[in-house]
Amino acid sequence: MVNPRHIFDEEIRRLRTDLLRMGTLAREAVDKSIKALVNRDSSLAEEVIVGDDIIDKMDLDIEMKCMELIARQQPMARDLRVIGTILKTITDLERIADHAVDIAKIVKILADQPPLKPFIDIPKMCEISLSMLDDALKAFVNEDTELARKMCERDDLVDALYDQVFRELLTYMMEDPKAVVRALYLIFIARFLERVADHATNVGERVVYMITGVLKELNV
Amino acid sequence: MNNKLKIKISVRNLNIYYGKFLAIKNITLDIPERSITAVIGPSGCGKSTFLRALNRMNELLPDVKTEGEVSIDGRNIYSPDVDLVKLRRNVGMVFQRPNPFPKSIFENVAFGLRIQGIRDRERIEETVELSLRRAALWDEVKDKLYKSALELSGGQQQRLCIARALAVQPQVILMDEPASALDPIATLRIEDLMRELKEEYTIVIVTHNMQQAARVSDFTAFFLTDEDRAGMLIEYGNTSDIFTMPKDPRTEGYITGRYG
Repeated sequence: MVNPRHIFDEEIRRLRTDLLRMGTLAREAVDKSIKALVNRDSSLAEEVIVGDDIIDKMDLDIEMKCMELIARQQPMARDLRVIGTILKTITDLERIADHAVDIAKIVKILADQPPLKPFIDIPKMCEISLSMLDDALKAFVNEDTELARKMCERDDLVDALYDQVFRELLTYMMEDPKAVVRALYLIFIARFLERVADHATNVGERVVYMITGVLKELNV
Repeated sequence: MNNKLKIKISVRNLNIYYGKFLAIKNITLDIPERSITAVIGPSGCGKSTFLRALNRMNELLPDVKTEGEVSIDGRNIYSPDVDLVKLRRNVGMVFQRPNPFPKSIFENVAFGLRIQGIRDRERIEETVELSLRRAALWDEVKDKLYKSALELSGGQQQRLCIARALAVQPQVILMDEPASALDPIATLRIEDLMRELKEEYTIVIVTHNMQQAARVSDFTAFFLTDEDRAGMLIEYGNTSDIFTMPKDPRTEGYITGRYG
C-alpha cells in the first residue's frame, strides 16, 4: 500500500535539502572570508558580501515553506520536530553567513594597512568552527546524535583560542598605539568566529532534539 | 489568484432559493481547470447547495429556484437546451457516505457504461480496470471483482464510488464531504488520490474539515451566512494564502476556530 503522505514526505525531504544547501553556502562564506583575510584578497571579500543576498533569501524562503507546511499539513511528532528544527536552524545559518560578511568587511578595511602579524590562531579557529558546522550538518543528514554531541564539545577549543587571541592582541595594543585599530579589528574577527562555533553548537543541539525529542544545551 | 490558469467553471451572481428562503446569495467565482478547489464554512452556509448547483443536482429537490449563471468551458449549464444526462456525466459527484450499489465491484463501475447502452464487453472491461486503477483501488480488488461491493471497507467503497464516477469520463468531479465517514488513514488515502486525479480532472470539494481543505486543495472558498441565513462567499484565494494570511477577519476567525 502506498504511503498516503508521500507528497508531504517529499516536501519535507526537499526542505531538508534546501537547509543543507543553505548550510553549505554559509560555511563557504566563512571559509572564503578567512581566506580573503589571510591572502589580503579584497575581491574575494566582496564576493562574500554580495553572496549573502542568496543566503538571506533562502532563509526567508525556507521559513515561509515551513510556515505553509505547518498551516496546511498539520505535522505531528517527528515531522513537527523536523520542521521546528529547520525553522530554528536557518536562523543560526543566516547568522553564520552574516558573520562571514562582518569579517569580509573588515578584510576590505585591513587591506589598505600593513599586516600586524602572521595569522596562526584565527585560521585555526576558522578551521575548528567550520568542522563543527560540517559535522552538525552531517549529523542532520545522517541523523547521528553521537556526531552531534561530539562536535559540540569542540566549542571549548574555539573558546580557548579566542581567549588566547584576545590576550595576544591586547599585548600588541599595549606595546604600540598604532597597532590598536588593526588589533581591534582582528579581535572582532576572532569574536565572529567564536560566534560561528556557538551557532554550530545550536545546530547540533537541534539535531539531537530532532532525533530524540530531548532539547538541552550540549555545551554550557 | 494565478491568472495563467485556465478557468473551467465560472459562476456568476448565483442565487438559490428553497421556496422563499434564499440559501445562497450572489456567489461569483472562477474555478481553475485541473486543480482542487475547496469550499469551507460552518454548517448551513450553503456549501453543499453551491456544489449541487454545479451539475444541477438541486433540481432533484422540490421547489428550488436558481438564478444567475454557471458556465463550464464557457457554456451556461442552466440554458434550456442543456442535456442533463450529458451534464451529469461530465460533472460527476461523490457523496459523504459511500453509496455503492448492492452489486459486484465490477458491476458498480460498469453501471454508467451499461446505462449508456454500451455492450462491447472488452471495452467495458478495459474501462472498469482503468477506472479502478485511477481510483487507486485496482490492486486491492482485482482478485475479487465479482464479489459484492458491500464487502469492501468504507474507504474502499468510497474509492469505488470515485471509480464509478470516473468510468463515464467526466471532466469535473464534485465531492461532498467525501471523507467525513472514513477513518484518518482512509481519509489521507482519498486525499492522496485527489492529488493524483487533479492531473486530469477539475475537482471541487465541500468539507467541514478545514484541515483537509488545507492539506489537499489548491484554492479555498470560505462561505458564511448573513443575518438572513443566506450563504455568501466571504473570501476566495490560494489555499496557502487563506490559511496563512486570510484577508477577511471572518475567515481568520473561522479557520482559527474562534468564529462560525
